[in-house]
This record gives sequence, C-alpha cells and structure tokens, in this order.
Amino acid sequence: MAILELERLSRHFEVRPGFVDRVVRRKPSSYIKAVEALNLTVGHNEILGIAGESGCGKSTTCTMVAGLLAPTGGDIRYKGDSVLDLKGAGLMEYRRRVQMIFQDPYESLNPRFRISEIVAEGPTALSLWDGDEIDERVNAMLNAVGLPHHKYADRYPHELSGGERQRVGIASALVMEPEMVIADEPLSMLDVSIRAGILDLFKDMQSQRHFSAIYVSHDLSILGNVADRLMVMYLGQAMEIGPALEVIRNPKHPYTRALIGAVPVPDPRTRRAIPNIRGDISKPIDPPPGCRFAPRCPHADASCGERFMELDTADPHLHQAACHKLDVINDG
Amino acid sequence: MAATTEPVLSIRNLGVAYETSQGPVHAVSDVSFDVGADEVFGIAGESGCGKSTLIRSLLRLLPNNGTMTAERCTYKGRDLMAMSDEAFRSTIQWQEISLVPQSAMASFNPVYRVGDQIIESMRAHRRMGRAEAWERAAGLFDVVGLQADLLRNYPHEFSGGMRQRAMIAMALSLDPGLIIMDEPTTGLDVLVQERILRRIREIRAEIHSAIILITHDIAVIAEMSDRIAIMYGGEIMELAPSVDLFENPHHPYTLGLENAFPSIRNVGKDLISIPGSPPTLVGPVESCPFEPRCPFRIDGCAAANPAVVDVGDGHQVRCLQTGDVARMRTLAREKSTWRS
Repeated sequence: MAILELERLSRHFEVRPGFVDRVVRRKPSSYIKAVEALNLTVGHNEILGIAGESGCGKSTTCTMVAGLLAPTGGDIRYKGDSVLDLKGAGLMEYRRRVQMIFQDPYESLNPRFRISEIVAEGPTALSLWDGDEIDERVNAMLNAVGLPHHKYADRYPHELSGGERQRVGIASALVMEPEMVIADEPLSMLDVSIRAGILDLFKDMQSQRHFSAIYVSHDLSILGNVADRLMVMYLGQAMEIGPALEVIRNPKHPYTRALIGAVPVPDPRTRRAIPNIRGDISKPIDPPPGCRFAPRCPHADASCGERFMELDTADPHLHQAACHKLDVINDG
Repeated sequence: MAATTEPVLSIRNLGVAYETSQGPVHAVSDVSFDVGADEVFGIAGESGCGKSTLIRSLLRLLPNNGTMTAERCTYKGRDLMAMSDEAFRSTIQWQEISLVPQSAMASFNPVYRVGDQIIESMRAHRRMGRAEAWERAAGLFDVVGLQADLLRNYPHEFSGGMRQRAMIAMALSLDPGLIIMDEPTTGLDVLVQERILRRIREIRAEIHSAIILITHDIAVIAEMSDRIAIMYGGEIMELAPSVDLFENPHHPYTLGLENAFPSIRNVGKDLISIPGSPPTLVGPVESCPFEPRCPFRIDGCAAANPAVVDVGDGHQVRCLQTGDVARMRTLAREKSTWRS
C-alpha cells in the first residue's frame, strides 16, 4: 500500500480586488489556482521527484503535505487515512513522521542555537525521549550526517559552511525518525563541488532508513540522479509522471520535451535543438478549465482549452502524460 | 595565451586584496588572460573564487577596502592602470566596458520607467538628445526580443526574463567593445534561460562586442564560450579553448568539477563531490589554493604556489603535475580517489 496519496488535491488563493472595486463596482474576487486536482501516490521507500518552473505549484504541494497549509479541495491520505482532520496526538504523530528539508541552509537554522540544540529541538518539543536519550540520538545523528559531534555539537550555524549547514538540516529532519521526507530544492543554494556529497548523503540515508521522499527541484539532471519516479508540473497541473530515467530520456508531453530540451549540456560539442514552445509562462489566475500548457503548446487545438486529463499515479511503473494529442505528436 | 586577433582586454598578474580586520584577503591573485575582439570568454568558478571581485576591479567598482594591482591591464591598447578615475568614467566605463549585473531584479529602479533608465545611462555617458536616445533604446529592445512599447512600462511589470533582456539591451546601448555578464541567467527558469542564451548567441554576430561571461554553471559556460577559465581560490587554475578544456582537462579541480556536475544527457551518472571547502584567502598566497582538497597533491604543492604551465594550443594549467595527467584522469573517475 502507498504511504501517501493525494487525491484531486487543490489549493486556490483568493485575490481580493481593492476596496473601491469590491464595494462600488461589485468586482468579484479572482483566484490563483496554484495546485489543481493533483493526484499523486508515493510508495513505501520511494523517492518521488517533482520538477517544474517557478509557479508550477511544487512548493505549494510540499507545504500542504507537510501540514503547513490547508488545501482548498481534495484529500491527503497518509497510510490510508485522511490527515486533514487530524488533531491532538494524531497530528503530532503525523508531524513527527513527515519531515521537511528546506532549500536555504543559511536561513533555516536559528543563528542563536548551537548545532546540537537545533537538532534536538524537534525531539524536545514533542518529548520523544528523555533528555539523555535525546542527547545520544542527536550525537549519533550528527555523526551519521558526517558532522562528528565532538567537533560540531557546540558550534553555531555561522561557523559552518553551506554544505555543513545543509547536513544539519538533514540531521534535524532525520532525528525525528520520519517515514516521509519532503526535500524542497535542498541543493540549489550550494556550490557544485559539494552538491554531490549532500545528494549522496540523502541517498545513503534513504537506503539505510527506508523513508519515502518527495524531492522537489527545478534541476532535471539532479532529479534524474536521485528520484525513482518523476512528476512534471506546469501551473498547478501534473503534466507527466513516470520512472525518472524514462521521463528524462523519452519525454512524452510537449511541455516536458521543451523543458528537457532547454537544459544546457556541460559539453561544448553538443548542439541542442530549439525547444518547441511559444510565449511566456503566465500566472494561473482564473485559468480556463483545460490544459494550462495549451496556450504555449505547438500542438494545441480548441479542445485542449476545454478538458484536462488527470493522471492515474497509483502504478509506479506507468509512464503517462496528461495530453490528448500524444498520438498526433508522436506521429508527427 | 592565443587570442586570434589583437585582444580587446589584456590582463597580466592582476590581483585584488581586501583590507579586513583579520588582515588582507587576497580575493584575486595573479590572474592573466586576453579577451579577443569577437570572443566569448567564460569564467567559471564557485562562490568565493574571486570571479565577481575580478570583474568589479575591471570596472573600478571595488569597495573602499579593496585594492587592485596589475602588471598590465589594457583595453584596446589603452593602459587602464594609468588612467584616473575621472578619465575611466568618462571614456571607458559603460561606453566601452558595460556590465550585465547578476540580479536584474534588483538592478532597475522601481519608480522609473524602464525606458527612462536606459536612456539616462546613454545620455550620462554620451551627448545625445532624448528623442534620439529613446529611438535607440527602441532599436535595442528589438535586438533583445522585447516590444518597443514596453519601454514605457515600470520594472515590476516585467517578468524576470524580460528584466534580464532589458538589462542586456542597456548594456548594449553604447556599442561597448566589451560586455561583462555576471551570472546573466542565474535564478531564471530553464526555458527563460534558454531563450536569453539563444538571444545572446544570435546578437553576437550583430554587435561585434567581446563578452566575458561569468557563471558557476558549467553547462551554460560550455554552451556559450569560445574559451573558458576555471577559477578557484582567486586564481585561474586552468584556461583553454572550450572543447579542449572538456576533451583534455588537466587540473585536478577541473577533473573534480566534471565529476560533480550532472548532465541531462547522462542522468544515470554517479556524481562525485570534492571533499572539503574553499579556502578563506586570508594572508599571503604561499601554496596552491586547491592543495588541501586535492587528491593528487605532492610535497611541492604546499611549499609554493605552482607556476602556470602551457600545455600547448593556448591551454594553460596552474599545477605541478601536468606531466602526470593521464594517470590523474583515470583515477579522478573513481569515487574512492575523492574520499577525504
């Protein structure tokens, strides 16, 4: 059984017009549909990657799964049970088991706390263990992420490099013994030469501790390296999902094709084709009901603006694209 | 260093030191290169490698505690070191050497129209009427692929990609001989980045300006540059024509970077990081800055900073072990080599 299921998950943000427009002109509110009818299943021990550009809803999805933002529609089920009405001990348990690793290791650590205090904060707040055991587990955790505790436990964040800080971020998430880890662009603030080390740590920890993960990034080459399965989002809708290498090597959806075709290749001898895409990304304010990529899609016709295809994400081996025109595209 | 024609910019032994409470920080040391007339010269490096300090010193934008020294620094034969700040500002800055700054988001004044800001910079450096400048700005917007009527808009009405294109238009405005682009696409989405890079490639033929492109993104620099310099710890570690750098990398740092950088064309590849972190650069430079992280270090590496070795075809390497490059390349592919 899947550990996490999102069923037609939506998050709309109301944009209220100004006072005069609202009262005098009776202008209705508009809505930014940041995430729309998103289906997603994350299996046990699976790393699911979410790729997409700014505004595609990947971070909004993460914050909803982490319980930091309430959805406006749909359901989030954890081990089969909805988490939306969780209260008290159930909510505490969910918060413990679903942990986040944040993007910016420079901003996400309290500068006045020592490293050991930062890592101990979660277990202490939830009184998971008694004081001595928390200390023990924190030290073990620091050692496990490559920060020997006798050297690092008493330091402050400003004494650490970016890579070391991100290791602290990983330690504070994993000390809670999560079953689900949400990593939102954990490498994007780090230098190239140390990224691989943090990526390895994440993968090592995952294979030792068997947590499931959602790994969000705009960097498709990193996702190809870390994720088992990859979902591509555009303006709040899922465009394509499938085994990560399969999606990157044989993208089906016109958007995924354009996105992958636009990634620069670290080899001066390669020549890339021009991505087949029109116009610029818009904002999902009161969007039409159909495919949100349609206005930029070279293959779109009138029907694309009317209907959207929801993906069935339960089968982890299935490679599908939310496009009605796949036959036409693949023939042409 | 073989620039094909007479170089636009020629630098020898350029250094920049910042005076700090902990002593001088040598942010840039012993940097030498030429940039040819129609060339895109890429400078790649990670944070703190000195790439931004280097270009700030070229544009005389260093903060007060920074001092630049150079054996030679000439622009089209003119000695920039001997030039007063006054003369530099009135003849070189922006007119001859312009800058596309890292963050176009923050580089426009939010309360002026974009067009007004572009013509302001033109008219500050050259005698030009408002109407003439506006017309010129409209032409430049066309070059970078923006509609001319957008000149009347305010910066907040532009998307990130549009702002970056407007910034490029502004940098082109006085037909400079050299445009310095500092991380021109960092922070932009990949499709937007692709379009801007393609536009830069397209306008190269029209503008006849040399470009110095600075980025930490190895893939961007590989696609854009004719020659590439790899910087680390304030020094150029390796400098070569782009294809040669990727086919015949010599420096251990370059080898490490290639291992660490993912490629969309080779997504299954195991990435290998370089252990350790960059040097702080406080105090005098007495050893190879990469020595503490280098798996191939030998006794001589810590004793003195290695001299630059020419390995042929304008390919230069700052390393003692250029003779042993075949062995290093083989070993560098092994993950075990890079364990700290």
